[in-house]
Amino acid sequence: MSGFFKSSIGRKFTMALSAFFLMFFLLQHFAINFLSVLNPDAFNEVSHFMGTNPLIQYVLQPVLLFGVVYHFVMGFILEIKNRSSRVVKYAKNNGSANSTWMSRNMIYSGLFILIFLVIHFIDFWIPELNTKYVQGDMSGLLADGEGYRYYEELQHKFLPPWRIALYCLGFIFLALHLLHGFNSAFQSVGANNKYTKGLKGFGKAYAILVPLGFIVIALFHHFNH
Amino acid sequence: MSKLDSKVPKGPIKDKWTDYKNHIDLVNPANKRNIDVVVVGTGLAGGSAAATLAELGYNVKAFCYQDSPRRAHSIAAQGGINAAKNYQGDGDSTYRLFYDTVKGGDYRSREANVYRLAEVSANIIDQCVAQGVPFARDYGGLLDNRSFGGVLVSRTFYAKGQTGQQLLLGAYSAMNRQIARGKIQMYNRHEMLDVVKVNGKARGIIARNLISGELERHSAHAVVIASGGYGNVYFLSTNAMGSNATAAWKIHKKGAYFANPCYTQIHPTCIPRSGDYQSKLTLMSESLRNDGRIWVPAKIEDAKAIQQGKLKPTEIAEEDRDYYLERRYPAFGNLVPRDVASRAAKERCDAGYGVNATGEAVYLDFASAFVRYGTEQSKIHGIKNPSKEEIIKLGQGIIEEKYGNLFQMYEKIIAENPYETPMMIYPATHYTMGGVWVDYNLMTTVPGLYCIGEANFSDHGANRLGASALMQGLADGYFVLPYTIGDYLSNDIRTGKITTDSPEFDEAEKEVKEKIDFFINNKGTKSVDYFHKRLGKVMWDKVGMSRNEKGLKEAMAEIKAIREEFWKEVKVPGTAEEMNPELEKAGRVADFLELGELFAKDALNRNESCGGHFREESVELDGEQKGEAKRNDKDYAYVAAWEYKGEPADAVLHKEELEFKDIELKQRSYK
Amino acid sequence: MNLTLKIWRQKNAQSKGKMVDYKVTEISEHMSFLEMMDVLNEQLVNSGEEPIAFDHDCREGICGMCSMYINGEAHGPDRGITTCQLHMRMFKDGDTITIEPFRAKAFPVIKDLVVDRTSFERIQQAGGYISVNTSGNTQDANAIPISKHAADEAMDAATCIGCGACVATCKNSSAMLFVGAKISQYALLPQGQVEAVDRVNNMVAQMDLEGFGNCTNIGACEVECPKGISLENIARMNREFLKANVKG
Repeated sequence: MSGFFKSSIGRKFTMALSAFFLMFFLLQHFAINFLSVLNPDAFNEVSHFMGTNPLIQYVLQPVLLFGVVYHFVMGFILEIKNRSSRVVKYAKNNGSANSTWMSRNMIYSGLFILIFLVIHFIDFWIPELNTKYVQGDMSGLLADGEGYRYYEELQHKFLPPWRIALYCLGFIFLALHLLHGFNSAFQSVGANNKYTKGLKGFGKAYAILVPLGFIVIALFHHFNH
Repeated sequence: MSKLDSKVPKGPIKDKWTDYKNHIDLVNPANKRNIDVVVVGTGLAGGSAAATLAELGYNVKAFCYQDSPRRAHSIAAQGGINAAKNYQGDGDSTYRLFYDTVKGGDYRSREANVYRLAEVSANIIDQCVAQGVPFARDYGGLLDNRSFGGVLVSRTFYAKGQTGQQLLLGAYSAMNRQIARGKIQMYNRHEMLDVVKVNGKARGIIARNLISGELERHSAHAVVIASGGYGNVYFLSTNAMGSNATAAWKIHKKGAYFANPCYTQIHPTCIPRSGDYQSKLTLMSESLRNDGRIWVPAKIEDAKAIQQGKLKPTEIAEEDRDYYLERRYPAFGNLVPRDVASRAAKERCDAGYGVNATGEAVYLDFASAFVRYGTEQSKIHGIKNPSKEEIIKLGQGIIEEKYGNLFQMYEKIIAENPYETPMMIYPATHYTMGGVWVDYNLMTTVPGLYCIGEANFSDHGANRLGASALMQGLADGYFVLPYTIGDYLSNDIRTGKITTDSPEFDEAEKEVKEKIDFFINNKGTKSVDYFHKRLGKVMWDKVGMSRNEKGLKEAMAEIKAIREEFWKEVKVPGTAEEMNPELEKAGRVADFLELGELFAKDALNRNESCGGHFREESVELDGEQKGEAKRNDKDYAYVAAWEYKGEPADAVLHKEELEFKDIELKQRSYK
Repeated sequence: MNLTLKIWRQKNAQSKGKMVDYKVTEISEHMSFLEMMDVLNEQLVNSGEEPIAFDHDCREGICGMCSMYINGEAHGPDRGITTCQLHMRMFKDGDTITIEPFRAKAFPVIKDLVVDRTSFERIQQAGGYISVNTSGNTQDANAIPISKHAADEAMDAATCIGCGACVATCKNSSAMLFVGAKISQYALLPQGQVEAVDRVNNMVAQMDLEGFGNCTNIGACEVECPKGISLENIARMNREFLKANVKG
């Protein structure tokens, strides 16, 4: 089995597995965030649950971290390997004749998403860790103790226009990444059958609607403050 | 003139092969490890032979000029492979396949060989299916068959329009298994340039590494030539660009007799030529004739209008079309054998009824097949009162399933949609029945030198039936040679490794090197292709589909003149110590320039019309068969095997008289 | 028509190559691309220059020998064909055509446009076969019925001509379409089941060893494949590989 993870197909498979996990995470992240548009109280409740539930914090969160890191690291390893598989480049290469921009540029969309993630972590995740585990405040309450802090913090973050612009751009790249990645993951695990056509449609919808939803959330909080 | 010993075993024809196998000497497995066999060519015959010999335990060295054995030109065979399986229950049998092959070959083949071929044909299918060849199947999961030109049963197995490809990939996979085991050493991009004889026996070859230009010596206890046919002597043919006669011709010059060079098959269903730059002709499977109807305009003015592009074939009314094969041969119609179909097309075009700008094309029309299949389909699908368009569409679907790849190929080349307008076809050189003379063991007149597949003079007599070439190649390679070669090699178990450090190898290599150096240093004025094209034109015009004494004599003189000019004026750029395609071509064309002359000489000698060889002097003068080919069994029921004596014109004829004990000789009639 | 050709020239595997410009005139639209190359080569021979080495053989799209990267696409701009079936009617008078060899680390250039594709050979040798000896008494061909659907699908996979266009086209120089096609052919047939585990493991291992890149499911190979080999074959290979590794 150790050979499996070193083999081309094995790596492809693990890339897909991490992608599935990330795509699932993204969906639940989106669902919770969208609550903030519909119902701030519900958003606060769910956020607090997610932020303090031990199963999520100590099991799923590390898995998520591992998934993110693995997906990026393996993505880079494969990119380097793939680039080195062609030493002399073509003088003329007409890639658009046979493939989509998204499929050929996963590394660039991926890189931009990485940059976005770093900022996103600095914005939300690191302060979260700081509050909960450094300062030890697991209450999830505002400084004055009047209700949960999550909704407030969210609204606050989306004030500066530069951050909104960056987030929107990040989500556009996420959409581009998903437009190829969603179905690519299925192909990688060997799922190419009579459902593939339908799945492709679903993948496209997912790849566009989820990032679009995130954009809507960001804009909503920016303008609805 | 010596008598050639064909070494056909005694006894009734149906027991010959079994008895023979029961009594030949075998080599024990431990000794096989000490015996080397060189196989030149990796098509169906060479590939299957190399794989089987290696399975048996011999050390095989296999050579091909392509970058992979999988690219040998057997790959281009489309239609199918015959086998007397009688899966369709239409009365097929070993005897019937034997009979059809001898008859189709116009009674110019060796009975015993043909019977053996028919006998092992069924094994080939079993073997190929076991290898994973994806033959076409019917809905019950059993193998499907089609019928092919010139026979009355459906015995042709096929894999879409790529049967040759699938069979070759089967043989290639068997080779790969042996390459992985180290039992076959594969030499890709190598060309055999001479055979080496030691004490009268074939003991190895000189080959050129086509990448480095290096000359290599390879010794062996036996040498097998499986290098294919010589159709490229015509320059334009359906053969691959690299297909050549060099291996066969070199062994001829070293003592192997060359038999029946004039038997060439001109295939009726090829895509017509479009201009002088044409480099090769493309064949479309004969199976198309199962569903297509061949016609030309009945009125000469319509033909002229079409040639000038003023009229479209679809605008010609049914009654103004001349379905000349159906008219002339009501019993077989469009399914007459290849030679008959080709000559009939030439006859119409020579009379001015050709249907493209060059006047050298006839129509192959699928319109009625669309309707026939469409009607059937609408019944199957329970469509009530289908419109004409619906029927045609359904019918086109069936035709697409059967021949989709051929239709697509045609459209790519001609830029016309054959679903909408009839295809244009014209005969082209396709297969050479003649070749190196071999006995029942497939051994040439040189001991230890074998020749199999299209390269030998084979089992097809003067004409080959459709779907029989694949059968013969695989029969030779899988089921015949591996047995018969053992009989010879059993005497070699104490010989030990053959050294390449001998005067015979020195001499052979020196000769080859001198020839190469000559080409490089000649610095002439004309390219190799220039000479090849001129040779091809003489061959096509005077030694083509129909031949006469005057033309053949002219051809011999003209070819000799071209050859002499070639040796003065040929220009080969580059050096010998690198990949040099022009140098490769020069060597091959030099051999064609000799072979072409022998070809014409053989055609001149054979003053009868038989199979692929049509002499204008030998036709039926009256009766129902008036104008049809007339065979002369009294004077020409023999194999003409030529011995090399320096100039092709000086070749000495040896006859192998053909005896027909199990088949009555009849004039072929497809009326 | 008159054309400008930019062609990769490289003396041998060791030397460095470069693009060189050539002009050809009076090219007929009915010519095949390789016939156009013949015209150029005849011109070069006559003027004492070395002609351009390129691989070609059957010139009817089945042997898989021809291998040019034309205007940025394997086998040129047309679909479902090899270079030898590409016709000049796909180009316009005055066009500049860039012609390069198939490029991949696993396909080193031998000379000019000729590349070494023996990496494919070694992959096939690693397991691209069913181990059956030639005996003449294997069981009857009709002993195992195979559904028409499976036979047809196996045939579709088996039509691969091994030209390497998939590798040449792939951004990653991945050989997975080629390998997937061969594995699929046997995976779809009952004859192939016995050795299925070893076959996929060995062939994939050899593929990785040869230095091909990894598939990122771009799908360019499927588009450029002259025989229309489907991406499903890669998915099937992935499944076979997973199955083989789960089984052990």
